[in-house]
Amino acid sequence: MSKKKHVTLNVNGKTEEFLAEPRELLIYTLRERLNITGPHIGCETSHCGACTVTIDGKSVKSCTMFAVQAEGAEITTIEGIGGPDNLHPLQEAFKEHHGLQCGYCTPGMITRATKLLEEIPNPTEAEIRFGMAGNLCRCTGYQNIVKSIQAAAAQMSAAKEAAE
Amino acid sequence: MYETNFHKAATAQEAAALLNRSEDGKILAGGQTLIPTMKQRLADPTDVIDVSAAADLRGITIAGDQVTIGAMTTHAEVAGHAALAALCPSICKLAANIGDPAVRHRGTIGGSLANNDPAADYPAAALALNARIHTTSREIAADDFFEGMFTTALEDDEIITAVSFTAPAKGGYGKFPNPASRYAMAGVFVAKLADGSARVAVTGAGEDGVHRHDGLEAALSADWAASAVDGVEISLDGLLSDLHGNAAYRANLVKVMAKRALG
Repeated sequence: MSKKKHVTLNVNGKTEEFLAEPRELLIYTLRERLNITGPHIGCETSHCGACTVTIDGKSVKSCTMFAVQAEGAEITTIEGIGGPDNLHPLQEAFKEHHGLQCGYCTPGMITRATKLLEEIPNPTEAEIRFGMAGNLCRCTGYQNIVKSIQAAAAQMSAAKEAAE
Repeated sequence: MYETNFHKAATAQEAAALLNRSEDGKILAGGQTLIPTMKQRLADPTDVIDVSAAADLRGITIAGDQVTIGAMTTHAEVAGHAALAALCPSICKLAANIGDPAVRHRGTIGGSLANNDPAADYPAAALALNARIHTTSREIAADDFFEGMFTTALEDDEIITAVSFTAPAKGGYGKFPNPASRYAMAGVFVAKLADGSARVAVTGAGEDGVHRHDGLEAALSADWAASAVDGVEISLDGLLSDLHGNAAYRANLVKVMAKRALG
């Protein structure tokens, strides 16, 4: 029997402490231990990006990281980005521009897109496709996903200008 | 996944000691290959030793034309390093096109070199740049480091600490990625060294993984130009045939990628 490890994480602003087997993947910690079910398990092989979360400011696939590796980390999931009563501009844009069909990839798409727009506030279509390359949509809704991200970028830039 | 024990090392030497004490230990760098391999039960280490907290394995140092990249430096860090891009843009471009953004935030140069995947990008850069692989016990020339598919000169309890090289006069990398995995179906790194000689390394195409290409090196040493590649014959001997492409297809890709590497 392997030795369990004490893990402390901050998820969406809340501190979580627990004992985990070293082989526990972060996506299972989030979904099954903490009941944070926004990040999805699509392929569980690092390809699809449905499990994408932000760890210490960077997009990471939570199916390809052990919970013990995230010791002390700050994690943001889709739940920490916006909710029904306070949609993030990206969530609003995905809704308005039909950026989702079945919705399975959407939490990962939007979580990744929040970081993409921090890296490149006004990305071109090519930059969006390159920057979102780790997130797959099986409904093949890429055209509208690109449109949604562009619309959110425009909205966020306008809001930032208005604030300045 | 089989169960395992987890250790976190504060230094490279501590990691080496932990590895030595483990029954069947593995170093966990970025985990972008080891974790998928463990999930498939293709690897079942008794112990995994996380080196992410080892500060002596991180960072990029540039002194004149000498570049040293710590083993735990991520692909994203190499891709985004302005001083390195000014000196050796080809390696930054290579790093920027490994996997996808999330993979680049976790994956490391040391992990890539130690794993020596036959289709990984970094082995081609290390071999073409005549790099030196620094470990916890010695320094290994790239020519002596890569020993075939997933095989290197590393001893069981030896850990890569850094890779260093002299910035080339010119360099470039051309890669034809598999559209699903983004691993190279053929990747060619070309480097013109300070003495004018050319070194060319090919990844993704060989049955034994990364290798140098004598014909391309001779042609580019004589004439550093894409047109010089035209007259080079790419032998099918030792090239990979699999469901993604046969040896003839890969031979053609090697030629085309060499030209793209030369811009």
